[in-house]
Amino acid sequence: MSVDKETVAKIARLARVRVDESHKEPLAKELSNILGWIEQLSELDTEGVEPMTSVVSMKLPLRDDEVTDGGYPDRVTANAPEGAHGFYAVPKVVE
Amino acid sequence: MSDLTNLTLAEARDLLAKGEASSKELTEAHIAAVEAARSLNAFITETPEKALQMAEASDKRRKAGEAGVLEGLPIGMKDLFCTEGVLTTAASHILDGFHPTYESTVSQNMWDAGAVLLGKTNLDEFAMGSSNMTSHYGGVENPWRKSGDNRPLVPGGSSGGSAAAVAARCALGATGTDTGGSIRQPAAFCGIVGMKPTYGRCSRWGIVAFASSLDQAGPMGRTVRDTAIMLEAMAGYDAKDSTSVNAPVPNYEAALTGDIKGMKIGIPKEYRIDGMPAEIDQLWLQGIKWLEEAGAEVVEISLPHTHYALPTYYIIAPAEASSNLARYDGVRYGLREGADGSLDEMYEATRGKGFGMEVQRRILIGTYVLSAGYYDAYYNKARRVRSLIARDFAQAYEKVDAILTPTAPSAAFGMGDKMDDPIAMYLNDVFTVPASLAGLPGISIPAGLSQDGLPLGLQLLGKAFDEETVFKVGGVLEEAAGFDATPAFLAA
Repeated sequence: MSVDKETVAKIARLARVRVDESHKEPLAKELSNILGWIEQLSELDTEGVEPMTSVVSMKLPLRDDEVTDGGYPDRVTANAPEGAHGFYAVPKVVE
Repeated sequence: MSDLTNLTLAEARDLLAKGEASSKELTEAHIAAVEAARSLNAFITETPEKALQMAEASDKRRKAGEAGVLEGLPIGMKDLFCTEGVLTTAASHILDGFHPTYESTVSQNMWDAGAVLLGKTNLDEFAMGSSNMTSHYGGVENPWRKSGDNRPLVPGGSSGGSAAAVAARCALGATGTDTGGSIRQPAAFCGIVGMKPTYGRCSRWGIVAFASSLDQAGPMGRTVRDTAIMLEAMAGYDAKDSTSVNAPVPNYEAALTGDIKGMKIGIPKEYRIDGMPAEIDQLWLQGIKWLEEAGAEVVEISLPHTHYALPTYYIIAPAEASSNLARYDGVRYGLREGADGSLDEMYEATRGKGFGMEVQRRILIGTYVLSAGYYDAYYNKARRVRSLIARDFAQAYEKVDAILTPTAPSAAFGMGDKMDDPIAMYLNDVFTVPASLAGLPGISIPAGLSQDGLPLGLQLLGKAFDEETVFKVGGVLEEAAGFDATPAFLAA
């Protein structure tokens, strides 16, 4: 699978990563190489093989649906680049 | 070099138990060693004051008769483990200034066992790399040098800082994490022992996530015994990690009986890859001979899907990484860029600036293989092949108790080499990735030197949750190899 500059721009947008214009062409080449190498998996017949979800065959444990923790907004937001009164602050999202 | 820093972790433990040294003395010697080894760049953050406090508290506990299994022993903690109040970076610019308000379960387990924190060791950014060259804080230098050549070499990755620190005698042991070989490959490159336990053995809670279905914490030390002692403290069920397995943790040190008579050791024929250096092949043959001489029976086995493990890994790991790393958006912690634009612009600017090239490359690959139209062709295909790889191992373990392979296809390479070719770099993990995909335990043991005088490792793989056999056979291999070479650089 060959990836072009436009595809790089599209997946970078999906991933919310800003890629400099000058990096798009080299990245397209690298991603094409990696995807081309990965392509060898298509040689394998995997018809009827279950996709692996977990290496350990166990049931995901469930706990009771109740509050077990919390009540310390200052600790939760201690590392926020910007915040106040126990909230995170972000650029305005509604007009 | 100080007598106290040249001890193995087990020797230091026994010395403290006999009262012949205090944790404070042992810790002071190691703090000095960490400072003396700064040229290696093995630590991102040194914590000497905290170390001395912890050592003094440990000496008090010992006096009160409350010594844990790692009581008073100074260690390094890979900077992927969240440590309460201590800068935690994952070697990424995007976690600038992050001081967790909580402690990872594995590190907490080690403090509960009495261990002392010397500092946070360097790594590849978000544990993505096999050279330690992708760290935002710069590459780590391997304390080894080729004979007659003083050019710096990589320590391997991603746990390269931990491996270099242990090899250079800065720390008695260190933690690592292994997603595709990140404990075993740097252990091999630095001439130390590195152990990746079974997936689920150690809690992943509080470890910065890379690929959640693969990541597993493990110990790095100078001997098999040291890693066995450390793993016992690190492992255990944790209700905070839903993939943690509720099974009793054995006394791993007790498994080191030296008796492997009648055990069956598998040699996978598919691991003889084209272009493998002759010295790697010779070491492997030597390892086979050592185990035979110790009374084990060597059996050729087949792991037919080995060839497909690396491409499978490079779909699954980036897919999970792209999802795990979505949380780094400039809102809750770390770097924030472009805050005067829209929310989306802030996300893009923060992530574009905060992630290094290798991390960006993997996020983009992951986003691509998970995107509409490609999910089945790549991601589901890879999950199916992963099932086949795990099945290969399950079938092999019906016939054998453990599997012997080389750890890496070469010795340590020069800093800066292979950086322009991602696939060549990925090939470093060709022998470690299959067991990671199957979640199986594995250890790397220093077994010999290359023609250039660099350490080479042999890898032993075991059945799920049978770390005891891995340690037992590993102990025999270590004894037979009698590896006693030391790196060119030792902290003094």
